[in-house]
Amino acid sequence: MPQPRRLVEGNEAVAEGAIAAGARFFAGYPITPSTEIAEVLSRRLPQVGGHFIQMEDEIASIGAVIGASLAGAKALTATSGPGFSLMQESIGYASMAQVPCVIVDVMRGGPSTGLPTLTAQQDMMQARWGSHGDYRIIALVPDSPQECFDLAVEAFNLSETYRVPVFIMTDETVGHMHEKVVIPPADQIQVVERNWHKGPKEEYRPYQFTGKDVAPMVKAGDGYRFHITGLTHDERGYPALTPEQGKKVVTHLIEKIDSNVDKISRVEEDGIDGADVVVISYGITSRIAIRAVQDARKAGLKVGVMRLITVWPFCEQKIRELAGKIKGFVVPEINYGQIVLEVERCSAGKCKVISVNSCGGAVHDPEEILTAIKEAAK
Amino acid sequence: MWEIKFSGFGGQGIVRCALITGKAISLYDGKFATMTQSFGPEARGGACQSQLIISDNRVLYPYCTVPGVLIALSQEAFDLYEPGLGDGGILIYEEELVKPSGDAARVKRYPIPATRFAEEAGNRLFTNLVVLGFFSAVTGACSADAMKKALPGLVPDRFLSKNIAAFDKGYEFGVAQSGAVAAGAAQ
Repeated sequence: MPQPRRLVEGNEAVAEGAIAAGARFFAGYPITPSTEIAEVLSRRLPQVGGHFIQMEDEIASIGAVIGASLAGAKALTATSGPGFSLMQESIGYASMAQVPCVIVDVMRGGPSTGLPTLTAQQDMMQARWGSHGDYRIIALVPDSPQECFDLAVEAFNLSETYRVPVFIMTDETVGHMHEKVVIPPADQIQVVERNWHKGPKEEYRPYQFTGKDVAPMVKAGDGYRFHITGLTHDERGYPALTPEQGKKVVTHLIEKIDSNVDKISRVEEDGIDGADVVVISYGITSRIAIRAVQDARKAGLKVGVMRLITVWPFCEQKIRELAGKIKGFVVPEINYGQIVLEVERCSAGKCKVISVNSCGGAVHDPEEILTAIKEAAK
Repeated sequence: MWEIKFSGFGGQGIVRCALITGKAISLYDGKFATMTQSFGPEARGGACQSQLIISDNRVLYPYCTVPGVLIALSQEAFDLYEPGLGDGGILIYEEELVKPSGDAARVKRYPIPATRFAEEAGNRLFTNLVVLGFFSAVTGACSADAMKKALPGLVPDRFLSKNIAAFDKGYEFGVAQSGAVAAGAAQ
């Protein structure tokens, strides 16, 4: 059993959080800077009756995760940019077939093999748009080892609730940073179990396309008729290749998330009321940004903070409302400017939007963020 | 707040030093600690470093900006990191491995024959624990009690008592060298 209070790195905390959430299957291929998640789970999963498989590559890894989930296990994989790219096709499949699964992307500098050992937040848009077609996913971004644990639990809960792939978008800094992590007793951790079908077998329908609720699931191999395909399908899972059904399916995939944004989206706010400038950030960058905000406040500026714990679905409504009240948003990210595009879209020209980019490899110098805050406050 | 950099070459237990101190601070000394380490090609052989931030409040920026304490266990580490040590900071170095150059008055220098002490305690592998005891006494950044509580799980069980003995050796040497300084040391 894990000790309740430990000094651990973010990667280990994610692994422990997954186990606490009930994950009992991991398939993955080692890649820096995510490898410790696989390393820890290769040791821990067998201890709790789970399975660990090192696959031949990331394409096979996500395939095994989807298969394990359909067989009834809470399943995850962990990777970094190059592996995340390879997984995208099957992420679309999991979205279409509505298979709960959790994917941890410990971000490093890209593109391509890029900067394997250095930090980045460059996969934020890939998380949202990486596979083809219209679909929705959920992406959570932890800012500390403690939150790696907490959000791993939440990722599984959301994945089961909405039958959707959920991403934990961490980064090299948080992944390898050691801090105290408190692991609560099991009975104090809220875990959402899969919604199993309980009625007669012949009545089972693996899908419903209401745009709100998701259908209960069954375990592959338990004798149910459950056809699974990436093709557009009907309530039984059989291909139904018409424009009408296409509309029904896609609308459902999108609406089951969009109509529940208020329940899914978590944003931490501080000093928003009366602020002239609001700094929007996520993950490790939010900790760096607070330093700049503290300095700005000392200099007399009215600065609020929004930390996106859930990046996808994006908190559109909050941004729209704020844009009409403040002078500007400042959006620091360890990329060339990705989530800032969403902020620009939602603020629709009603206030300034200043991107503070750091193109991968290192966290920001708080001074750069401070300069942008001063610019936005003008 | 303390910004501490542990440095040397791979295999000296540099990262272990930061882990022990970080665990001691955050689990037994009631403060916040964030530890990071050199990673990747830079961590394979040659210079190796680990950073620890200690604070009464939650640590935000996870890296050293201007370290107040530098532990240097190799010449390369000294050459690389001493210029970044803040004015008036504390420099702890292995006196048989590092020949310090530059302005001796800029920072407070604390030499220790840690390798020799470790050999006297049974094995040079305990050098890092000697240094950690010395660090605890000289800086007062982390109590000796908390450090010792942090050791189980971070050093092999069968060598626990020898590690503690090495720690005590360094601690006593630190108290003797700078008892008065240690009590009031703050950044």
